[in-house]
Amino acid sequence: MSETTKIVALHGGLLVLLVTLQFLLPAYHHGNLARIMVLASFAIGYNVMFGYTGLLSLGHALFFAAGMYGMGLAVQYAGAGPVVALLAGLAVSVVVALVVGLLALRTAGVGFMIVTLMFAQAGYLTILYFTTWTRGDEGLVLQQAQRTIGSLDLSQPGPRYFAALLLFAICFLVTLWMVRAPFGKVLIAIRENEERARMLGYDVFRYKLAAVVISGTLCGLSGAAYGLLFGYVGATFASVQYSIFPLLWVLLGGAGTVIGPLVGTLFMFYLIDLSSSVTSAYMLVAGVVLVLLTLFAPQGLVGELRARVWRWLP
Amino acid sequence: MSLLSTRGLSRSFSGLRAVHEVDFALPEGEIRALIGPNGAGKTTFVSLLCGRIPPSSGQVIFDGQDISALPAHRRIALGMAYTFQITSVFSRLSVYENVALAARRRVAGRAAVDRAVMRALEQAGLHDRPDQAAGDLSYGHQRLLEIAMGLAQAPRLLILDEPTQGLADSEVAAFKALIRELKATTTILLIEHNMSVVMETADRVTVLNFGEILAEGTPQQIHANAEVQAAYLGTG
Repeated sequence: MSETTKIVALHGGLLVLLVTLQFLLPAYHHGNLARIMVLASFAIGYNVMFGYTGLLSLGHALFFAAGMYGMGLAVQYAGAGPVVALLAGLAVSVVVALVVGLLALRTAGVGFMIVTLMFAQAGYLTILYFTTWTRGDEGLVLQQAQRTIGSLDLSQPGPRYFAALLLFAICFLVTLWMVRAPFGKVLIAIRENEERARMLGYDVFRYKLAAVVISGTLCGLSGAAYGLLFGYVGATFASVQYSIFPLLWVLLGGAGTVIGPLVGTLFMFYLIDLSSSVTSAYMLVAGVVLVLLTLFAPQGLVGELRARVWRWLP
Repeated sequence: MSLLSTRGLSRSFSGLRAVHEVDFALPEGEIRALIGPNGAGKTTFVSLLCGRIPPSSGQVIFDGQDISALPAHRRIALGMAYTFQITSVFSRLSVYENVALAARRRVAGRAAVDRAVMRALEQAGLHDRPDQAAGDLSYGHQRLLEIAMGLAQAPRLLILDEPTQGLADSEVAAFKALIRELKATTTILLIEHNMSVVMETADRVTVLNFGEILAEGTPQQIHANAEVQAAYLGTG
């Protein structure tokens, strides 16, 4: 079997599995998986920058919230339908990613981490400052009527799962295609050795800017979808916690792998879910498992799989 | 006409004059060796040529165009290639992909890239291992991969920074043959410590010492030059 066949089989198979699970899962897990797929899309966006381009951002909550609020405010104050609102969220996140990229990419390494963190904090405080419109901590609740496309009610489990899967499939396939195309190879080359990539004649700044914009856009789209599917838009999603989550999910699943973000998000979600049903000290359990994974699987679950068994994993 | 020249090119690092007022000219089609004792400013000089570091003052002219203000990637696009002194390959990518990254700057389309890559790998003698991860290659083979990446760019000016460092004798012999083969199409600037390579491949030799040009001439002239011998032996 050729490498391409294996890649298509594995990634296509995963999508087919997710479609099938819609009909098999009990209600509780069905709802969880819809949420996980949206969060995994967020992680996929993060992975474009961190896993493939080697840019460690600590401010991705900004992009998630930009998409979410772009969508939410359009619904709440402009009376936009879900599709138009989603596009508004997308547009806002593209602009925010472009501006942040142009400014933050003047720094590198630790400087880049701090600058992205500061931008995200500034975004968070801006949302709280304009609390009259954003409803700050309390958030905006989107009504069922505002979340209906034609006869498709996104507040119902079936359509919601389907919409989450569609979003996930788009983000998943876009990244898969991208990292196998020459463009993605240049991003990987920048991650591996930026100076060498420059001396091969690549305009490194433009490639990194493109990575930030693609990453920010995917994250913004996920944020917009999250607000729409779960009916809530709030400042919490702009807080530093939501900048750390995608980093953790990607690290756990395997940075620089296409399926890693889903695996990491799924793992972390159920780790907390299961441990909290056993003990109230569930963060302790989660912490110990994370430390163990960092010690014994530093490349993440899928990263280890690639290092040991499936060397062809993109 | 000179393919590459510099006028008053200088670079200081906090008071240390690494390269000082260098006027240099390299005619098209020539193989020029750049030699000098350690710390003479050779790598700094070629880094100024290809834009890795900006000059303190002076100009670089490539193919009649003043490129002093251009960033490195624009200079590369004009037809320069630079291979690193310290091996600098993409270690987690395959040998093939390393060279393909270089080739794609010049040719488009999968088939054309494939041809360019395989040709460069063959010239460098690495065609039997395209799928190996670059980081798993021996040091000597990584040096050859550096050269293959330079070749895949099909540059007008190829700058090689100590390409034979760490190569086995048989590989050095193959390298000499490769350089002679390239002479027809490429101008080459070669930083080299291995005197047999300099003597057998270079048309002319430029000697740098303390950031200034000490001497320039044919390999034989340089070999016989008392000042050069003094600089190397440290008894000047």
